[in-house]
Amino acid sequence: MAEVTDKLSAIKRISDIYEANRSKISDGLPNWFNNSRQPALEAFQRMGIPGFKTENYKYTDLTRLFENENFRRAFKTDKFDVDLKDVFSCDVPEFDTHLILVVNGWYDESNNQNKSYPEGVIIKSFQKAVTENRDLVEKYYGKLAKVEDDPLTAMNTVFAQDGVFIYIPDNTHISKPLQLINILRSEDDLYVTQRNMIIAGKNSQVKIMFCDHTLLPQNFIVNNVTEFEIGEDAVTDIYSIQNQHNKTANLTGLYIRQQRGSQLVTNAISLHGGIIRNNLNVLLDGEHAEAKICGLALSDKNQHVDNYTFVEHRKPNCQSNQLYKSILDDSSTGGFTGRIHVAPHAVKTIAYQRNNNVLLTNAAKMNTKPQLVIDNDDVKCSHGATVGRINEEALFYLQSRGINEKEARLMLMFAFAHEVLAEVKVEQLRDVIDKLVNKRLRGEVSKCHSCAMDCIR
Amino acid sequence: MEDQNKLLHEVTQRDYRFGFVTDIETDTIVKGLSEEVVRIISAKKDEPEFMLEFRLKAYRRWLTMKMPEWAQLKIPEIDYQEIIFYAAPSQQAKYESLNEVDPELLRTFEKLGIPLEEQKMLSGVAVDAVIDSVSVKTTFKETLAERGIIFCSFSEAVKHHPDLIQKYLGMAVPYNDNYFAALNSAVFSDGSFVYIPKGTRCPMELSTYFRINAKNTGQFERTLIIADDDSYVSYLEGCTAPMRDENQLHAAVVEIIALDRAEVKYSTVQNWYPGDKNGKGGIFNFVTKRGVCKGISSKILWNQVETGSAITWKYPSCILMGDNSVAEFNSVALTNNFQQADTGTKMIHIGKNTKSTIVSKGISAGHSSNSYRGLVRVSPKAENARNYSQCDSLLLGDTCGAHTFPYIEVANKSSIVEHEATTSKIGEDQIFYCNQRGISTEDAIGMIVNGYAREVINKLPMEFAVEAQKLLQISLEGSVG
Repeated sequence: MAEVTDKLSAIKRISDIYEANRSKISDGLPNWFNNSRQPALEAFQRMGIPGFKTENYKYTDLTRLFENENFRRAFKTDKFDVDLKDVFSCDVPEFDTHLILVVNGWYDESNNQNKSYPEGVIIKSFQKAVTENRDLVEKYYGKLAKVEDDPLTAMNTVFAQDGVFIYIPDNTHISKPLQLINILRSEDDLYVTQRNMIIAGKNSQVKIMFCDHTLLPQNFIVNNVTEFEIGEDAVTDIYSIQNQHNKTANLTGLYIRQQRGSQLVTNAISLHGGIIRNNLNVLLDGEHAEAKICGLALSDKNQHVDNYTFVEHRKPNCQSNQLYKSILDDSSTGGFTGRIHVAPHAVKTIAYQRNNNVLLTNAAKMNTKPQLVIDNDDVKCSHGATVGRINEEALFYLQSRGINEKEARLMLMFAFAHEVLAEVKVEQLRDVIDKLVNKRLRGEVSKCHSCAMDCIR
Repeated sequence: MEDQNKLLHEVTQRDYRFGFVTDIETDTIVKGLSEEVVRIISAKKDEPEFMLEFRLKAYRRWLTMKMPEWAQLKIPEIDYQEIIFYAAPSQQAKYESLNEVDPELLRTFEKLGIPLEEQKMLSGVAVDAVIDSVSVKTTFKETLAERGIIFCSFSEAVKHHPDLIQKYLGMAVPYNDNYFAALNSAVFSDGSFVYIPKGTRCPMELSTYFRINAKNTGQFERTLIIADDDSYVSYLEGCTAPMRDENQLHAAVVEIIALDRAEVKYSTVQNWYPGDKNGKGGIFNFVTKRGVCKGISSKILWNQVETGSAITWKYPSCILMGDNSVAEFNSVALTNNFQQADTGTKMIHIGKNTKSTIVSKGISAGHSSNSYRGLVRVSPKAENARNYSQCDSLLLGDTCGAHTFPYIEVANKSSIVEHEATTSKIGEDQIFYCNQRGISTEDAIGMIVNGYAREVINKLPMEFAVEAQKLLQISLEGSVG
């Protein structure tokens, strides 16, 4: 019973926070936008805090996280004298990107000016876009990220204020990757809500990188939802590198809809983070759309990384291919839920899914739940999942060639991880991530390695 | 493609072959479920105090439980007050020879082709035939008794071997395990009991045929198999039920206990009335089956061929407690028309060096839905645990569904767990290849489906393998050779 009351009190507390700060949250946003908050709140109250009794969150119990959470909420921009040039520089100097800085969930105006994007490209604060680009935002807002489907998305919709809005017009190619850096920086424990929207027009091309960093050692909870519309024949890549400290809970929801003939690559690399839960929903909503969905999670200590994917084949002749891997050390826990749903008329579907995991200790635990829901006979679908250990024979072979055990283990682990990294299409980026992962496996990467503001140094 | 559709259409037109009602007087009690009914059942069976207590505990627990909703099934609401919870053929006399058995009953068996006494020398199968809950006829008992093997109805076992019952009842499936197990524990009427003594290899395959016969009687069996140290037994369970309009509820429990180095092989062919082609009628089959590999190096094998029932909800599971114990699950599940099946297994690895294998083959046709749902759990102490799971689904027709829901939970670094699943239809190139070699499309589909299921059917005992193949043919006739 105690658990039930805790759950109820958490729901009530969060509802109260909303009621008490209603005017602050709604400030500067039009009514049509604010009107979506109340239904979202009701949906959240119905579903409650997700825990192991919620089937989709069976392996990630968030009730503890929200139990005594009493964080400051970032209802308005925190003012920092952060200069982007000082904040961020990558290890590989020639790695050239368009930087977009987000601090505590707020689009940082001062650091995001004077950018030279191709004509027609809009990159701006989400809050501004709600008013200035109403036609676009209203058309897509909350259409993919439905509040009744997921409690975290509902919670995000209740508190949504700002984030990044990206619009790429038809036939526009952005050659340099867009690098979106989410920085968490606060003197006290902070709860961050971030809402992003990305619209890629017909036949456009874009590569987007999300980098998550924490700058101060406070407790953080990040609830991040991104809606991503991919137009016909567009080619898009989304990479995310999660590198936060162990007192951070990073709860992300990425919702993608693909139109006819579009191509998508997503790759989520989780290097560090206390609790990471990535919800990825891909809707193949046009014929001949292709999606390549990858993820790599490296965890140690008491970390928890849970990747949830839901790939819905709604139209015929689509292809999806998922590859998720994790290496778990110490007493870390991992989860993977991958669901492929093929609709009754989505014939000639090809859908694959693979999940491989390596446990390094007996205290580590991996739970995996690959699922196929097929309502049609003209498909080729398969999934495979393994949980195992480093191959002893391979280890012996390497040792017999004069490589010491530690190094041999690292080589094997790196080779295991590299299969996911090989799917990163941008060569420079692949090199960076390769190096990061290599260092991470050696235990040399601290939380914000790739960041110039590395406060541990 | 058109040919295939036509064939599939023919299949859906087929009537259920074993649909008939045997006219025997049955002794039933008032319908509905209450504590009073539980007491009446227990009193009618003349049970000792501990049994009544077990039933009442289960009943009280059941009242607090809710019908599970997680399965990929659409289950119409079941009114437990409309069910008669106890029915036994009124002629309860023990027969000396075949001539004394109710001729109606014998004809029933004949239609089903069950080998009774006359065929016992030929078939080498001892049959404990259960018709509507009370064991009517037990054969080969004497032969078995010579070796100390106990094979009798559950109620007899309660009378003659209460110590064994008290020790093992509820060990694998506790009374509060789940909704249907609790219901069964409260009202089970009869079932089979097997005890294989130490060091004994059961000389023949033990077999029970279940039939649901009287109208509106839920069938609640309970089977308990105990294999003592170094013993071996192969147990067969087969089911066919006559045609009924109303849905009938079947909530059975099977418990298997394997002690040190014992081996139990449990094979099922289930062919209950699946409902007509519009999805009307049919049996609801909600079964809890679980084996415990209690001793070291013990082994439990579940083999099943599921072709019947409107709704199947069944997860034969194994708890691998003893070190070096082995478990296997082999299943073919075929659904047609509006049948729904949510079936699979659980393998819980607790002991060291435990191994489990899961092979599940689903075949769906018509408007049916066929799901595999399984759990493999490796506990932190299960050093060197090994699991391999393979779940294949074959879809025939574009209105059916095949789903796979495996759960894998591993907490030991030295263990290796593998799962793979594929879903496909019969390839046009495969059919074309056969056609090109002069094999008709119909024969080709038959060959392919048979080949697809062969891996599992080969694991069945000889007698069953033949029947299983026939059942697959009946269930998919027209499209299957």
